Amino acid sequence: MSTETSSYVVENATCTFCGCVCDDMALTVEDNRITKAKNACVLGKAWFAEHTVEDRPFALIEGKEASTEEAVEAAAQILAKARFPLVYGLSDTTCEAQRQAVSIADLIGANIDTTTSVCHGPTGMAFQGIGESTMTLGEVKNRADLVIYWGGNPAESHPRHFTKYALTPKGMFIPNGRKDRTMVLVDVRRTPSARAADIFIQVKPGTDFEVLWALRALVRGGAVDPNIEEITGVSMATLEDLVERMKNCRYGVIFFGMGLTMTRGRHFNAGALLALGTDLNEYTHFVVKPTRGHGNVTGGDNVVTWQTGYPMAVNFSRGYPRFNPGEFTAVDLLAGNEADAALIIASDPGANFPQAAIDHLRRIPTIVLDPKPTPTTELARVAFTTATYGINTGGTVYRMDDVPITLRPAFPSPYPTDEEVLKAIKLRIRELLELPEGAVF
Amino acid sequence: MSSSFRIVNGRVYDPLNDIDGRVQDICVQDGKIVEDVPQDAPRIDVDGLVVMPGGVDMHSHIAGGKVNLSRKLQPEDHRFDYHPRTPITRSGTGGTSPSTFATGYRYSLLGYTTVMEAAIPPLAARHVLEELNDTPILDKGYFMLLSDNLMLFKLLKEGRREEFIQAVAWWFNAGRAYAPKLVNPGCGQTWKHRNKQVVNLDDNIDHFGISPRMVIEALVGAANDLGLPHPAHIHCNNLGIAGNYETTLDTMRTVSGQRVHITHIQFHSYRGKWGGKPLSAAVDISDYINAHPEVTADVGQVMFGDATGMTADAPLAWMLRNINKRKWVNCDVENESGCGVVPFIYDPDNYVHALQWGIGLELFLLADDPWRMVLSTDHPNGGSFLNYPRLIRLLMDRDFRNEEVRSVNQKAMEKTLLLDDLEREYTLQEIAIITRAGPAKLLGLKEKGHLGPGADADITVYVENENKEEMFATPRYVFKDGRLIIEDGDFINDHEGKIIYVAPDYDPAIEKVLRPFFEDYYTIEFDNYAVADQYLHRHQVIPTIDKEGIHAYSKV
Repeated sequence: MSTETSSYVVENATCTFCGCVCDDMALTVEDNRITKAKNACVLGKAWFAEHTVEDRPFALIEGKEASTEEAVEAAAQILAKARFPLVYGLSDTTCEAQRQAVSIADLIGANIDTTTSVCHGPTGMAFQGIGESTMTLGEVKNRADLVIYWGGNPAESHPRHFTKYALTPKGMFIPNGRKDRTMVLVDVRRTPSARAADIFIQVKPGTDFEVLWALRALVRGGAVDPNIEEITGVSMATLEDLVERMKNCRYGVIFFGMGLTMTRGRHFNAGALLALGTDLNEYTHFVVKPTRGHGNVTGGDNVVTWQTGYPMAVNFSRGYPRFNPGEFTAVDLLAGNEADAALIIASDPGANFPQAAIDHLRRIPTIVLDPKPTPTTELARVAFTTATYGINTGGTVYRMDDVPITLRPAFPSPYPTDEEVLKAIKLRIRELLELPEGAVF
Repeated sequence: MSSSFRIVNGRVYDPLNDIDGRVQDICVQDGKIVEDVPQDAPRIDVDGLVVMPGGVDMHSHIAGGKVNLSRKLQPEDHRFDYHPRTPITRSGTGGTSPSTFATGYRYSLLGYTTVMEAAIPPLAARHVLEELNDTPILDKGYFMLLSDNLMLFKLLKEGRREEFIQAVAWWFNAGRAYAPKLVNPGCGQTWKHRNKQVVNLDDNIDHFGISPRMVIEALVGAANDLGLPHPAHIHCNNLGIAGNYETTLDTMRTVSGQRVHITHIQFHSYRGKWGGKPLSAAVDISDYINAHPEVTADVGQVMFGDATGMTADAPLAWMLRNINKRKWVNCDVENESGCGVVPFIYDPDNYVHALQWGIGLELFLLADDPWRMVLSTDHPNGGSFLNYPRLIRLLMDRDFRNEEVRSVNQKAMEKTLLLDDLEREYTLQEIAIITRAGPAKLLGLKEKGHLGPGADADITVYVENENKEEMFATPRYVFKDGRLIIEDGDFINDHEGKIIYVAPDYDPAIEKVLRPFFEDYYTIEFDNYAVADQYLHRHQVIPTIDKEGIHAYSKV
């Protein structure tokens, strides 16, 4: 790869902006800037255009410019002394960096949580109760004749979901593409995604659970409250029609978003949907899938699970992993003034957490790794500038359907990767804690 | 510890080198067993103790997509079985699906040093390799699911046999796998089509005009033509269904005369009216295997207590789910496979569960040749690998076995030979065969499973004990690659084991055949599919073997 001013093209590059993780980008690079991103959607184009190498300090310690090494020392000192540190974020970095982050949490007896806890965490909890019938996206492309989206707006949040994976592509058993599929959108408002739908079902806000539970009953031939339309805004005839379509399709799928998981009912909503998907397998083949947002939030779930047994909200204070969402989730720990230091990796709680949690982050020594200045880097005691994953670094990310993909960096960054910074912090903590030779950490 | 040392005064059980309890020195240098080391090299005196090669598990589910789904699915499985960190080892959680670190530590605490993950779709190759790299101590590899691969189905349907073999070789290189795995061949494609099933080996696999029998013949043939060190590893059709022993026999006869491995054969050894109440077919299956040296098997013993059904046999997981309608996971993997996960409990009072337990023991006790009937529980399908010491006691201790036989469902025991008080007791040498020498040999790992010069210095030292469960649960020393890892249950060192895989030669022209299929039906780019070296870390390529080697294998 050349770093000269001459332009070159990186084929088969991956866009890590959203959970679709499309790996068919052709990136034209000129003078350390991506000038063209062939195949990228509108979000992807912005992602690639905005990530250039800016002239920023390698690190800031209490707002003053510092070297990466100085910041590593400061971060390690904070973490080695902390009694109840929080490690949080991880959804926009590589699995290689995530593995280092869990290792640090294990080493110092920290609490680790990912952005999953504020997006599809309730889905993860529902999954633990019910399980899930699911698939990789290619099965939808090749087989699905009924595609339902519930509580999400992929036309704006995952623009290529329709065109690359789920709706318009031709597949092995879907020879005519869009013509061979029926698309149903269920949401509380008519979003731009409705334009792509054959059937749009508008649910009164806060009644998704009631609609899902009525569908479960109808699937099994059970009775449903005759006032269901009054309660949910959806007529019995509409529900019955949807049930017939679901039971009689060849391969049905429901993609669902945070309209279910972050509204009243949360994991009950997600659980009702997972259970509906399971029930339908008595009649035909049926699968469901949460439409994950960040580029590697799914990798975070996977890494934290394989290293600890739990997907999020993991606490190592006793020297082994314990899981308790509501107690060990980042928002709860911060808003309850519990954590005494924080290591935030590739996420921006300073912009989107409740005020009480942000206030606490400001009070305690907070360490942040991010390629860009953010509200979180603004409040941090130690802020590292790191290379952007997928644009400047290689590594692994997991698509929303758990398919792992290797990144192809477009151009080099002068800044270190998240993995390099975390590894350096870990090694320094090991020295500070005087760990013996032969330790795996 | 110095790079060379000598273990002295141990009673050595090394069946591959015909050493059966003889007291002799074992010399280690630079991680390998050697003929001799200088007289002044450090000595480890293991007077009176039992020395064996490190254990080898040839069929276990320890890493990858479905294992991780199982971990994620069952917080209750981990909660009371945590694995604390030490100054040198990572923490984790246990249960039937332990976290990666706990898996590596707990296997090595039993004296096992090599484990094969038994079922991974190639699309998830990176995932399994990342997890295996976080599985300490052990050497490890994985078996690649190829029996529902739609591209291979297409080549098979079109009669393009040479391209079929080249495609299989390409896939091994792309995924860095160790052996080809067949799971209920054809089940995935039919399952994804409105949850239908294939039943007979000559059934039509939906849309492809081929049969499970054709898939079995083609993949067994390809593995042997390519000279893979381990042959096709088959989970037969109709697992768990009464009357399925006929399918198992049919499968073995289909490839008669060719080397093949039938896995967790206990689950495939049921007589009885089709789909009804199962009876034991252990005698029928044992008779066939005893008479056919080209066939090898592992048992897939059921042990009472917690288990997790996890399998690429997705319709089987659905069948298990429908028994008690507890939580269930299914995951379809595009063009390649799928999987199912179901928590499960084996109850000694339950007729079917007790019968399964009994059939497993019958298969062990009726096997003429322990080299070809390997110990496994199909972890965690028949129960956790942590049950191995107890299983060994069941095999070595007739009185203990008889007590157990009398304490479980008696109607089930009446359908087995176990109430007749089978006399056989496995010897230490036979245990060494079914837990290390045999599986190493069947895997084609020449540096594993023995203590002769050239072997990896993976060594386990046990304290002889009347109670064989205690003996095999608590080795005194475990060495990996010549490093002392465990002493009396404590970790002295951590260690990174290596990834083991094969890389058979292939004609690059096959990529021109495969690429259009990927462009049409996959959602990941063909050029992004093959796994790069960055996922291998410490690794070893096991060479393919020639025709003569395969022939010799068939005459064990």
